[in-house]
Amino acid sequence: MINIKNLTISKTHTHLTDGDFSAMELAQTYLKNIGEQDKDVHAYLEVFDDVEHQAKEADAKIKKGDATLLTGIPVAMKDNILIKGKRVSAGSKILENYNATYDATVTQKLKEEGVVFLGRTNCDEFAMGSSTENSAYGVTKNPHDLSRVPGGSSGGSAASVSYDGALVSLGSDTGGSIRQPASFCGVVGLKPTYGTVSRHGLIAMASSLDQIGPFGNSVSDVEIVFDCIKGKDVMDGTSFDLKKKKMQKKPLTLGVPRHFFEEGVDSDVLKAFTVATEKLKDAGYNIKDIELPRVQHSLAVYYIIMPAEASTNLARFDGVKYGLHIDGDDLLGDYHNTRGKGFGAEVRRRIMLGTYVLSAGYFDAYYGKANKVRAQIAQDFNEAFQSVDAIITPTTPSPAFKIGEKSDPLSMYLSDIFTVPANLTGMPGLSVPTGTVDKEGSSLPVGFQILGPHMSEDTLFTIGKDLENVY
Amino acid sequence: MDKNDIQKLTQLARITLSDEEQEGLRGDMETILKYVSEIQNVSSGEGASSVEVLENVTREDTDAHESGLHTEVLLNEVPQREKNYVKVKKIL
Repeated sequence: MINIKNLTISKTHTHLTDGDFSAMELAQTYLKNIGEQDKDVHAYLEVFDDVEHQAKEADAKIKKGDATLLTGIPVAMKDNILIKGKRVSAGSKILENYNATYDATVTQKLKEEGVVFLGRTNCDEFAMGSSTENSAYGVTKNPHDLSRVPGGSSGGSAASVSYDGALVSLGSDTGGSIRQPASFCGVVGLKPTYGTVSRHGLIAMASSLDQIGPFGNSVSDVEIVFDCIKGKDVMDGTSFDLKKKKMQKKPLTLGVPRHFFEEGVDSDVLKAFTVATEKLKDAGYNIKDIELPRVQHSLAVYYIIMPAEASTNLARFDGVKYGLHIDGDDLLGDYHNTRGKGFGAEVRRRIMLGTYVLSAGYFDAYYGKANKVRAQIAQDFNEAFQSVDAIITPTTPSPAFKIGEKSDPLSMYLSDIFTVPANLTGMPGLSVPTGTVDKEGSSLPVGFQILGPHMSEDTLFTIGKDLENVY
Repeated sequence: MDKNDIQKLTQLARITLSDEEQEGLRGDMETILKYVSEIQNVSSGEGASSVEVLENVTREDTDAHESGLHTEVLLNEVPQREKNYVKVKKIL
């Protein structure tokens, strides 16, 4: 049996091309592990029935000498990214029996490399949530403590990589939905610069904020997947080709917006952050305190813009074109019934909130104003990046919380406080595991977030790798 | 926010909700709106809104695919169809 613990993409590639094991054996090993562990964790909504067929094709590619780094690599896909012919539900009843009619651009790119898609992973309904508790198909558990959430919304994608149920996975990040679960599950997660990865084939939540990004056990695995999926795509007008920024010579200067986490942050998380910062200092980085005068308004801005955009994006689910249909007295009744029964509580809440902030009487006070403050927050970050190369924060204010612990919506929203700014400004953010903290007898991972100017992914990877080296 | 406001929103959003669900939502929305209203206190100065600085990106709709190429795949996912049409209730 192959030991899948501690595998990386490049190690796996070497094993595959050296003939130490085949893509088929590798896929079977992952399937066996999923079979043993996923009944407890429930990271997967579906394990695909053609995994062995995909692995066979990968082996043929390897045999022909056409293998790339990603050929034969087992990948898990969040349930809101389309793979043609496969079911995709965005964790919602309204799309329960829906089959994707085309490949997302990221899917297409990964298929060209010959990856093996193991299955689709659980997420909060329409990616709305921070715990996967909003999925219509049950909660995913945190592999580090089954009584706790894996984070969300891409909780299944993070959990699958965390328990070696996939080598890498894809998720989407609208307000922290990659970085927060990466932090909770002890894996690496990247929210790329807005526009670097095409969203064609991602079920849209809030289009000015959504980005697709990878999860992995290491920064270099995340980097390899990012390099594959990035690039301009005619099918997504916001996409562009990433220009390589000239890398600075080390040491880099890192900014700490200490005023941002004076309140509401778990003391153990803060301690872990301080330790990590010290380690980076020892590794040659300059650490500098910075001010981001309006960053504390990020979450309020986010909870206006995101529901506004979500309420318009989700208008297409009406029981006519796809998914669920519940009959009413007339066509309008069909819409009302389908949407009333098909959407879960959090989705309905956000649609109503979005409808409210966009309605004529409140538009200026909420949506209009939020967009002004959003621009100001972006300006604050731009100014900060004049004097620092990256900004560092804890990824989340606390480690993974208990299932059912955050029952009121606002307290759940607050777990995104440090991740939301990157979506508002479009900058990239990387979460890297920095040890664990002990909570009620459980050892829980803590993530460290690195934010950089637009298109500074290479800088984030460099810092992330330096951090990995001291843990 | 009163009961009528919520009812009006359910009409605009085209979502049927029970009285109990509406009442729960009213409480949640009040809490959330109270929280997000903090942005009213941010002095916005003369700065442009982030929407104003964005540009629409459009492309010419050329190179149309062969008619009917995707029809079957797409209509397979439609809840109700009749031949090559999406079936809906009478509108007028």
